[in-house]
Amino acid sequence: MRPRPFRVIRVSRDARDVATMTLEPFDGHAADAFAPGQFNMLYAFGVGEVPISISGNPHESDRLVHTIRRVGLVTKALCGVQRGEAVGVRGPFGRGWPAPREMEHRDVVVVSGGIGLAPLRPVLYELLANRRQYGRVSLLYGTRTPEDILYRKELERWRGRFDVDVEVTVDRGDAGWRGHVGVVTTLIHRVPFDPATAIAMVCGPAVMMRFAATELIQTGLEAERIYISMERNMHCGIGLCGHCQYGPWFICKDGPVMRYDQIQARLDRREV
Amino acid sequence: MKTIETFLSEHPFFQGLDPAYIDLLAGCAANVRFDAGGHIFREGDESKAFYAIRQGKVAVEIFVPGSGPIVIQTLEAGEVLGWSWLVPPHRKQFDARALEVTVALKFDAACLRTKCEEDPKLGYELLKRFTQILGQRLQATRLQLLDVYNVSR
Repeated sequence: MRPRPFRVIRVSRDARDVATMTLEPFDGHAADAFAPGQFNMLYAFGVGEVPISISGNPHESDRLVHTIRRVGLVTKALCGVQRGEAVGVRGPFGRGWPAPREMEHRDVVVVSGGIGLAPLRPVLYELLANRRQYGRVSLLYGTRTPEDILYRKELERWRGRFDVDVEVTVDRGDAGWRGHVGVVTTLIHRVPFDPATAIAMVCGPAVMMRFAATELIQTGLEAERIYISMERNMHCGIGLCGHCQYGPWFICKDGPVMRYDQIQARLDRREV
Repeated sequence: MKTIETFLSEHPFFQGLDPAYIDLLAGCAANVRFDAGGHIFREGDESKAFYAIRQGKVAVEIFVPGSGPIVIQTLEAGEVLGWSWLVPPHRKQFDARALEVTVALKFDAACLRTKCEEDPKLGYELLKRFTQILGQRLQATRLQLLDVYNVSR
């Protein structure tokens, strides 16, 4: 499967080491439809390819949006691309978050940490676009410092709505910060949801996801209604190369979103 | 008009507590209000009270010479502020400052300690509740120390 060339039409710097790029196909046809939580393999020509979650609106088929954190050579190259330049795209791949029909009439709790907000943003677009179909919607977002907050304007806009609870916390505040200070898991008991039926989606660093899932279970939410997004070294994207094997699963094909009850025992195993 | 007993029984920290104990605790409690920016207590102060927050937001801070106050945690309605009243040396470990207008129930430490000594069942009940909170805060602090969002470590 060869990468399809896309043109970079917009780049924004969301934080010190994070950039969001908007892409449109060179060939003028629509981008492939994606489900929230899926990822693409992005190819920085001449440098390499990396899996990056899609962070745009699933209802906008003419473009792709990816938020990338600079952690290695390829992501450094991708964060440095300019408007008009080309990026290769393969995908979308993998299993995403629960489908809208699975969330209908239920309370939805979205727990995100750091760059983990990016794969969850498409879910929020869906929830807010069809708000009446769902119960209470809560977004809990934790990050390191106020400077690291992603999608700040969007968060402020969502926070201004009366039909969604948005809580943002930082591990370290600064003099100008008036919001919460503390880890994101401390926000879980501050938002209303019915643990008997709610669905929770969690994305962030592995340790944070484990703590968040534990906290959610303590509220009475069953592990089978908690979904987490796994991060592994995806390569082929279709479960052939084995780079992202995780026990009996290939994260690129069977994940990245997985049900917590199915993966919990393996997450606690040190050898995996 | 709501009584202190009503506020107490509505506050999550006291949920499920024997109504007789609610009445007993109400005898040590008073309604207090803090303006935004006002200090509730400072590090090193004698721990004369703890607070059940009803409204508002409180920052728990540590003062770092040269850097000023650093917020390590924020607390809101439904949470409790202060645990050092319970165990010697009864000294506040951090500063606490209201970030916005804050309304709370203030519990007199000496009064509470006397009641706990007289009725060990009440003392044990409160100890269990405070220990649970201390455990949660210790876990949260450990997670904070891990600095999980810092990929450049």
